[in-house]
Amino acid sequence: MAAMNDPIAAPEKVAQKQRYIPGSGQVHRHVLVVLVNNQPGVLNRVASLVRSRNFNIESLAVGHTERPDISRMTVTLRGDDFAVEQMAKQLYRIIDVLKVQDLPESGVVEHELALIKVRATESKRGEILRIIELYKGRILDVGPETVIVEHSGTEQEIDSLVALLGGFGIKELVRTGTIALSRGSGAIDVEAILRAGPEPLRTPGPVTAPASQPATTETR
Amino acid sequence: MTTEKMTTSPPKRDHAVAAAGTATQAPTSEPVPPASNATAASAPTAARASSARGRHVPAAGTPEAEAIEKARSEMLRDAKPLNRTRIGADALCEALIRQGVDVIFGYPGGVILPLYDVWADYPELRTILVRHEQGAAHAADGYARASGRVGVCLGTSGPGATNLVTGIATAQLDSVPMVAITGNVPGALIGKDAFQEIDISGITLPMTKHNYLVLKADDIPRVIAEAFHIARTGRPGPVHVDITKDALTSETRAEHPTVLDLPGFKPRFEGHPRQINLAAREIEQARRPVILAGHGVLISGATEDLRVFAEKTQIPVAHTLLGVGAMDETHPLAYGYMGMHGWKHVNKAIQSADLLIALGMRFDDRVTGTVSSYAPNARIIHVDIDPSEIGKNVAVDVPIVGDVGSVLRAFIAAVPEVDPESRADYLAQLAAWRVESEATPWHGSGGWKQGILTADYVISRLGELTDHDATLVADVGQHQMWLARYAGFRRPDSHLSSGGLGTMGFGLPAAMGAALGRPDKETWAVVGDGGLQMTVQEMLTVVVDRIPVKIALMDNKKLGMIRQWQEIVYGGNYHSSDLPAPRWDKLAEAYGLPTFKATRPEEVDDAIRAAQAHDGPALAWFEIHETQNVYPMMPAGKGLSDLIEDWGAPADGAEDR
Repeated sequence: MAAMNDPIAAPEKVAQKQRYIPGSGQVHRHVLVVLVNNQPGVLNRVASLVRSRNFNIESLAVGHTERPDISRMTVTLRGDDFAVEQMAKQLYRIIDVLKVQDLPESGVVEHELALIKVRATESKRGEILRIIELYKGRILDVGPETVIVEHSGTEQEIDSLVALLGGFGIKELVRTGTIALSRGSGAIDVEAILRAGPEPLRTPGPVTAPASQPATTETR
Repeated sequence: MTTEKMTTSPPKRDHAVAAAGTATQAPTSEPVPPASNATAASAPTAARASSARGRHVPAAGTPEAEAIEKARSEMLRDAKPLNRTRIGADALCEALIRQGVDVIFGYPGGVILPLYDVWADYPELRTILVRHEQGAAHAADGYARASGRVGVCLGTSGPGATNLVTGIATAQLDSVPMVAITGNVPGALIGKDAFQEIDISGITLPMTKHNYLVLKADDIPRVIAEAFHIARTGRPGPVHVDITKDALTSETRAEHPTVLDLPGFKPRFEGHPRQINLAAREIEQARRPVILAGHGVLISGATEDLRVFAEKTQIPVAHTLLGVGAMDETHPLAYGYMGMHGWKHVNKAIQSADLLIALGMRFDDRVTGTVSSYAPNARIIHVDIDPSEIGKNVAVDVPIVGDVGSVLRAFIAAVPEVDPESRADYLAQLAAWRVESEATPWHGSGGWKQGILTADYVISRLGELTDHDATLVADVGQHQMWLARYAGFRRPDSHLSSGGLGTMGFGLPAAMGAALGRPDKETWAVVGDGGLQMTVQEMLTVVVDRIPVKIALMDNKKLGMIRQWQEIVYGGNYHSSDLPAPRWDKLAEAYGLPTFKATRPEEVDDAIRAAQAHDGPALAWFEIHETQNVYPMMPAGKGLSDLIEDWGAPADGAEDR
């Protein structure tokens, strides 16, 4: 029953709040795992979606899984929780996307691989090798003027090695982008997703009495 | 939902492969072979079949023909006598017939000709030759919206395909089930910039629900079955199927699938019970609830559920542009059209609501205005079958993913009946706002009383004289808003409008499709003089194919909505809004349509009745006031509370020149 101070009496008087606009919250780094059918054009679909929905990704790593017909993409991006959830939902609209998971900030093993070609003259080589040893990197190639260093680790570890080696002069650098797995026994069950299909095909068949009744039921 | 017949055995008319073990339905997990393999495998067939017209039909009486005939009759069960090999184009036609397709809107061209070559064998498929591929796409769209079935359009490679793009995008933004088929150059030529080759799958990728490039005839049955399933299931949308010429001409024994294997496509129809209960509690506690009904209510066929729910809970129903017809507008709880050009009382109710129950709508910017000031005191329940719509434009308190109809039925079971008495104050206030809003001069212009022909008068007479039962198809612009506001819709799917993309030129071709999708209903294209000129060539299609579309032309010799924005937003700096038009009666005569013209209010009824009485398509030409605006209007960048509401005196319009 309406009380005296009921908003029905004077709706304009009620204190007005500002409505939150999705995507305008605090920005964090997120790691999304996307399992897709290993089909031609799927990478294009994902990349096109990311661009058209105005998301900004930091890295994208793709490779097939233990099943050759399934690929796994690892996407790192920055955004507020709403925006990242929205990106995951948009990804689900792609028919070839089977599973999207936003990995939690903790409880995750994250790594990426970098190959770095560093200028290494006779006089500097020893110093470079000591740094590499310290970082548990490997030397893959030694040339008269350069060495190629392989290092795997978290984004920050690689960043700091790159910064250190920068002083000697980096000639070329390639990074794979982050790949990640959640710790412990929890895992994405691809088989369960695939077991869900196939389903019987329903066809409406030829039109018999087209008009007397709206056929909206057919869209379901 | 359960009216579809599950087909497990092929219908009689199809060629189906009898021998076990020849099934070629590829599971989705099998990667599509690279183009080089596909072309290598089918190259001999393709070369033979595409070298000259009819070469896939061996001369009768030759040993080759006999051998093929023998092989074919062994291969096929219940086959119709084709006297030739079954090729990809046959598989395509069979697949379309299995999907219940009865009309295809298309335009021929080089690489799609193999299909036109076999069409005579499939009289079940009526083909409409449009005059421009954009017309084909809009017609398929209008067919789908009016009937609820999947519309089909067809074009050739290159320009044929790119001309379809506008129509496909229109269907995408309005969630219309459509399958667009295009031909492509032979597989071996893909990527070679061949004649009329363009990467059309790359173009349609971001604007379809899904798309396919078919390189092998054997894939056609599976792809078409998947395409129709994806187009109509869950949130509907367009699916584009691009088929190479050699896939259409190659011999195939591929069977039509009886199962679908799409593990990545499993729309959820039932709302989560916990969310339903949360929503039911919100609904119970709300003092000022408003239902926002969108296109999803119509797509889901949930209009009856909506009425029952609204009556049980005594909650007024506002609707979006595409939600027009979700509730009979004469129903006491049908409150009206919301948004940028919506009714003031509706927007006021939304702004003062404490609960919004959004059903199958997506909080488009034309509906919310500035989000930060949208319905500031309202909690929001959002029901949509597409999870990505929830939380996209506004944050939501109770999200429910599911089919609107199924969720509404769950709501009806979960909420207690509300005594109308307990809402008496609220409903009385809304009724008072409505009276006030409808009495103001900008409800219509009232100009007709002074002998000035205004659009709102024409539209309301059109609604009245068609018994509020005709399918009225809008183009885009001022008349589109007037149609949504003043026609008085009472039947679902009787109002078709390009809401999301706002495609000028939509009206006439979409009406053409709608008339074929719902032949039992009178069909009117309500168009402006700007939009009609964009697809005016389809006048000939409706005449030649005897499609009974009536055209109501709101001719203000302006790009009215442009003129209105330049007047209000750009301070009267008019540019390119004057639109000299052809002599419409002469033009219609050239196309073979009779014209019935009205320039004064008292001539309106006669023009409408004369067009109705004419057997076949006709043009009703209304020369309306040149500077009438659509009011109220929410300026872009403002909120729902900032409506401009002024009609002013209907002047002679001279000050605008």
